[in-house]
Amino acid sequence: MNRPVYVEMKNICKTFGVIRANRNINLSVTEGEIHALLGENGAGKSTLVNMISGIYTPDSGSIAIHGKPVRIHSPRHAIELGIGMIHQHFKLVDVLSAAENILLAEEGPPLLFRKKATEKIRKVMEKYEMEMDLSKKIEEMAVSEKQNVEILKVLYRGAKILILDEPTAVLTPQETDKLFGILRNLVKKGCAVIIITHKLNEVMAISDRVTVLRQGESVCTLETKNTNIRQLTELMVGKPVDLSIVRCPAEKGKLLLSVHHLSALGEHGVRVLDDISFDLYEGEILGVAGVAGSGQKEICETISGLYPVEKGEILFQGENIVGLTPREIIKRGISMSFIPEDRLGMGLVASMDMIDNMLLKEYVNQPGVSVDRRFAREKAVRVRDRLDIQTPGIGTPIRKLSGGNIQKVLLGREIDAKPSLLITAYPVRGLDIGASYNIYDLLQEQKQKGVGVLYIGEDLDVLLELCDRIMVLCNGKVTGITDSRCITKEGLGLLMAGESITALTEEVTPCKL
Amino acid sequence: MQIVNRSGTSTKQIILIRFIAILAAIVVSSIFIGFLGYNPFTVYQNMLKGSLGSTIRFRATLLEMIPLVVTSLGILIAFKMKFWNIGGEGQILMGAFAASFVALRIDGIPDFLMLPLIFLAGFLMGGLWALIPAYFKARFGANETIMTLMLNYIALQFITYLQFGPWRDPKAMGFPKIANFPDSALLPKLFGIHIGLIISILLVVVVTWFMRNTKKGFEIAVVGESFATARYAGMNVSQVILFAMLLSGGLCGITGVIQTSGVNKTLTMNISSGYGFSAIITTWLSGLKAPMVLLVSFLFAILLQGGSYIQSALQIPQSAADVLQGMILFCILGSEFFVRYKIRFRKKEHPNNGGVSP
Repeated sequence: MNRPVYVEMKNICKTFGVIRANRNINLSVTEGEIHALLGENGAGKSTLVNMISGIYTPDSGSIAIHGKPVRIHSPRHAIELGIGMIHQHFKLVDVLSAAENILLAEEGPPLLFRKKATEKIRKVMEKYEMEMDLSKKIEEMAVSEKQNVEILKVLYRGAKILILDEPTAVLTPQETDKLFGILRNLVKKGCAVIIITHKLNEVMAISDRVTVLRQGESVCTLETKNTNIRQLTELMVGKPVDLSIVRCPAEKGKLLLSVHHLSALGEHGVRVLDDISFDLYEGEILGVAGVAGSGQKEICETISGLYPVEKGEILFQGENIVGLTPREIIKRGISMSFIPEDRLGMGLVASMDMIDNMLLKEYVNQPGVSVDRRFAREKAVRVRDRLDIQTPGIGTPIRKLSGGNIQKVLLGREIDAKPSLLITAYPVRGLDIGASYNIYDLLQEQKQKGVGVLYIGEDLDVLLELCDRIMVLCNGKVTGITDSRCITKEGLGLLMAGESITALTEEVTPCKL
Repeated sequence: MQIVNRSGTSTKQIILIRFIAILAAIVVSSIFIGFLGYNPFTVYQNMLKGSLGSTIRFRATLLEMIPLVVTSLGILIAFKMKFWNIGGEGQILMGAFAASFVALRIDGIPDFLMLPLIFLAGFLMGGLWALIPAYFKARFGANETIMTLMLNYIALQFITYLQFGPWRDPKAMGFPKIANFPDSALLPKLFGIHIGLIISILLVVVVTWFMRNTKKGFEIAVVGESFATARYAGMNVSQVILFAMLLSGGLCGITGVIQTSGVNKTLTMNISSGYGFSAIITTWLSGLKAPMVLLVSFLFAILLQGGSYIQSALQIPQSAADVLQGMILFCILGSEFFVRYKIRFRKKEHPNNGGVSP
């Protein structure tokens, strides 16, 4: 392979305070290749690409772009060098059109020579065979369209090296395929693409080569066609990992939670939940699938009494709990636990230690005006030992723990309360593979104890393997509830995009119930 | 030049930064003093002499410390909740007003009840004054910084009106002042210092205990961290805000009581003398820890007392003494910036360093 090397990073080191985020990392990306950066959270992927895109500068090591050694000192400099970063969170102005957003970053008098500039955008689109309605406003666009605008924006600025940070996290499987199509076109026309991900099947599907990072070091770079998921996982984690989830059988018990025609309003009176109905039984895991922001958060929060209900009822063991505050729900002895998506912003207090975080849920039941930390301390020790939480001590502020350990603190506290209903929103988000499988085991353990689990997930493979039934949401509506053995990933994708379950073919729903 | 977030600052670095800040303060102030034509070392010596040099001066320093401590405790409770109460001035004034109302305007209060009553009145009035912004914050999400600040001016003008209008003492021979407190409403003294000192130390203990060991203190800390977490844990966020601000304003009100009853012996529009603002600095420097408030307030009082001493001892103009104080504070508060960020300098690179295309 004698194609020109676009990015050459050698012995890159970067330290933050005492944390060595990158140690002697080597990375080389050539013209016409899609290069995947694979690694668990905290492996140093983001740090590395932030150094290519000018957000950080390396402490030591060298970067060469198109064969010339450079010191990239700012994002602007990176753009001048033809490097385009597409962040996970889009940086677009909602009220402007696609074309206006692309031209916004232009130097010189803004938006003056729009016609000529738009012509230039069209040329870029033609070159890379992209399709887009340039006059459409960003606020009217779907997430995948916005992503395309971001891609076009960096191409328009002359980017030859594109970096995408977890681009598929917000996409349905079908949209992901489309994105991959665009990326393949780009590299055909002489670009190089670096894609950050921790989803192994995507690495296999899209990349030409893959560089695996572990604990801040580059483990190796492999040709994708010469490797497989098992090998990549081992390289990523550093030891062999069993990747299968064995769904344990559990007696489906009594009806626990029954939601009838639940609706809720969001900002600007938009209906974020639209006539949702479902049942949850004891001893089952009900999965909830959907593109991010389809109403998952609101379902969890309405049930926990944190989000106002417009209409409908939520029956917990036959009792309607709509309109009750979280404290009233606790006081009625309703044993429900909610693991919110935003762990440090909602479930836990980041600056407090494990003891005080245990106290958060139980202080109110203590007599008198003062708090008694003895039980919280015992509980903290119990939770730490049971879930094997890695912490300097139970008196350490939990924001100093790693993501996986923070999640274990939250989950441990909630499980320790012995709930009969457990609501978990993205419980493995940001966790590494080992920690994720730990969490799946814990959830299954709860299920076997007869707990009803509502599991909001994003990885469809996991949803299919872990859950007994899956409910799919699209724009606040339920598009289908099905036995997870009776639907394929493609079927879920279609439901996530808004197809009704009755319209699905037998190919994607092997056994209709 | 670039400002970069420090991702981890070790304790050693923090101590070093603070030390450099104090050094910088001394150097910068010395240059300034030198320009004024004084020997900086004489000035520093006099500042220490003026604040700690004799029993009387030491007492004067403690008298400066007392209102700082009590007000800081009030501000601390609010800040712990990330409620930016900069209305300490107004709350002090309104607390002083309530104390004066009880002491001067209500007849027939038995002597032994007088002091408890003026403290109660001052606490409640200061608390009520702080409840106004707290209510608007809890109910409508109004900006508490603006509201507490503006309420300062309302309180100040109100007291000024009383002093020059309805409460003006006819026996003061035309001088615009309010009548002195009756003896029963004056704070008794111990070792030559009014018992406000003991009260302030007791309050430090109480507030430390309150924040650490009570349910309400715990709730305040959680609300300060995140409204969402507080709601998730079943707390009534509005109620916590209102309660905390009643305490915060109440403590500031007690400062007003101590200053009227222990120092001025009457109500004047100058009663707060900037303690409400200075306390913001002392609270912040204490790291929101009640025991540290005592230490920081004492050091701050040395600065205030020493500053006023050099005015008379060395004939340094008051404005110059204020500039001195300001520079010292600037260096110390400014160092907080370096605890969180570092500045990176880089040589200007040549524009042709690094090609655009191969």
